[in-house]
Amino acid sequence: MYSRTYKTLVSIPPLLWVGLFLLLPYALMFAHSFWTVRDGVIVHQWNLQNYATLFSKPVYVEVLLRTMRIAASVTLCSLLLGYPLAYYLSFHAGARKELLYQFVIVPLWVSYLVRGYAWKTILGSEGVLNGFLQYLHLTHEPVAVLLYSPFAVVLVLTHIYTPFVFLPIYAALEHIPRPLVEASHDLGAGSAQTFLRVILPLSIPGLLAGATFAFVLSLGDFLAPLLVGGASGTMIANVVQSLFGAALDWPLGAAISVCILLVIISLLLLTERLEKRWSFK
Amino acid sequence: MLEVRGMSKSFGARAVLKNISLNIASGEFLTLLGESGSGKTTLLRLVAGFEQPSAGEIWMSGGRLDTLPPYKRRVNTVFQNYALFPHLSVRENVAYGLRVKKISATEIGGRVEEALRMVKMQEFADSQPSKLSGGQQQRVALARALINRPLLLLLDEPLSALDANLRKQMQSELKALQRGLGITFLFVTHDQEEAMALSDRIALLRNGSLEQVASPREIYAHPATAYTAQFIGQTNLLRCEIMDGTARCGVLRWPTEGPSGPAIFSLRPEAIRFASDAAAAPGTARFRALLQQQFFSGASELLEVNCGGGQLLRVRISARGPLSGEHEFVFSTADAIRVQE
Repeated sequence: MYSRTYKTLVSIPPLLWVGLFLLLPYALMFAHSFWTVRDGVIVHQWNLQNYATLFSKPVYVEVLLRTMRIAASVTLCSLLLGYPLAYYLSFHAGARKELLYQFVIVPLWVSYLVRGYAWKTILGSEGVLNGFLQYLHLTHEPVAVLLYSPFAVVLVLTHIYTPFVFLPIYAALEHIPRPLVEASHDLGAGSAQTFLRVILPLSIPGLLAGATFAFVLSLGDFLAPLLVGGASGTMIANVVQSLFGAALDWPLGAAISVCILLVIISLLLLTERLEKRWSFK
Repeated sequence: MLEVRGMSKSFGARAVLKNISLNIASGEFLTLLGESGSGKTTLLRLVAGFEQPSAGEIWMSGGRLDTLPPYKRRVNTVFQNYALFPHLSVRENVAYGLRVKKISATEIGGRVEEALRMVKMQEFADSQPSKLSGGQQQRVALARALINRPLLLLLDEPLSALDANLRKQMQSELKALQRGLGITFLFVTHDQEEAMALSDRIALLRNGSLEQVASPREIYAHPATAYTAQFIGQTNLLRCEIMDGTARCGVLRWPTEGPSGPAIFSLRPEAIRFASDAAAAPGTARFRALLQQQFFSGASELLEVNCGGGQLLRVRISARGPLSGEHEFVFSTADAIRVQE
């Protein structure tokens, strides 16, 4: 066994790291959310003014709700893409499994920013997609809704987060013992019944993990709305960014961040309980 | 009842089964016995429908079986590690086969109770499979397979995960269950003792081919090949020269029929006795040998004796206490069974 001194020594770096770069910033953010700004200077006076502003001005609640709507759409879309893909790869791809798996992973090597700009080129009014639509004479004017809209944000985020949804689902499907599938067929269930009664229930932990990834990552995203969102596609992280940046209202930005953090923490607690409920050994 | 006709199975370039033909009678307990890699599990999986034959056909009760998907075959399987659904309770596991066939809830309830009673698992109906011991999981797997009233039950080494005592007990229960229900059992095992104790007939597989198919008594008394003789029970394989109606193997000599040339005989250890225990009789052969080892095993003991010239024989006698020195042994020449290579 390891000595006490050794254990203490090796635990210092990670504790320092977590303390300095995680707990301390959170504490600062939490403290800031109870302070105010007067004439561009932060006044260290404890009050609930920021939270009152947050819930009284409809614009913040509206953006927060829109953000959650977008995150939910992204989650749904990437599940609809990621689950069938993972299912196909795990159960039916046979020898092509490894290659297809790499194809799913490769986009993760490309910078987020590059992929965002690529979508801008595709969706813009002078872009590839509009050019193609006009070439086919499906439209005469460029379709404006393609870019700078919540639609564009959902599209780009779905593209970026589908591999994150795919991976845990794929892992869960790979862990389903194949004799269980055979046992189901053996007992008289066809492919559809086997999927619904055995494979789907046993992949729920992976599905929940993937959905959580997509939702939480989308909720805090500010690049996609910045690149392709426009005014109607602004998300809560953009508001926080501008409050900390141009508006120089750190306390209000901190209050919004605390709200987002609470939403995410309660979501994580919920999915963790659900995952436990659906985990079997 | 089940007829396998000229069936072969290859995985890529590897031939796992080679031209297997096998009949199983209705109500029969037939065991596929073989070492690992002999193809016994593959044969079972072909009958279940989890694999497709490369060549040949399977027929059951007058209908073609191998063209049906597994879920349309009146065949059920008890899997090696039971393959119980971990997300379902014991009751739901057993009900699975009826549930997918859209049978009414009241009928399901009754039949599940009946199946659980049959394997004495009623009190565990609401447990999760992970909370059960190996033996209990085994019983649930049996109930789950039998509830569909299959014509043929496939069992893939169902007892191999159990400890010795439990295995003996489950063997006796399996046999009683099979007699009671009259269902045909196709049982896979690598344990020859288990195969001998349970089966009506044993099909011994070796490297994807059938070595011998016969009842346990027949296969033990008259092994066709040297491999069978060694695999089923213990034996002494005697490599002889036959010359002028006499088999010669080291110091052993006995009269035999058949043409001159090399031959192999199987002589079971229990066929050899102390000469002092047996009156001199025609048709026996005697030899002297030095006792080398003695293994006590309760009712009997196994002796390893040296006939000279490095020729070792195994002799099984009823337990009689520590022995040593040179002794004279005798065996009936009718017990030396000629076998093929």
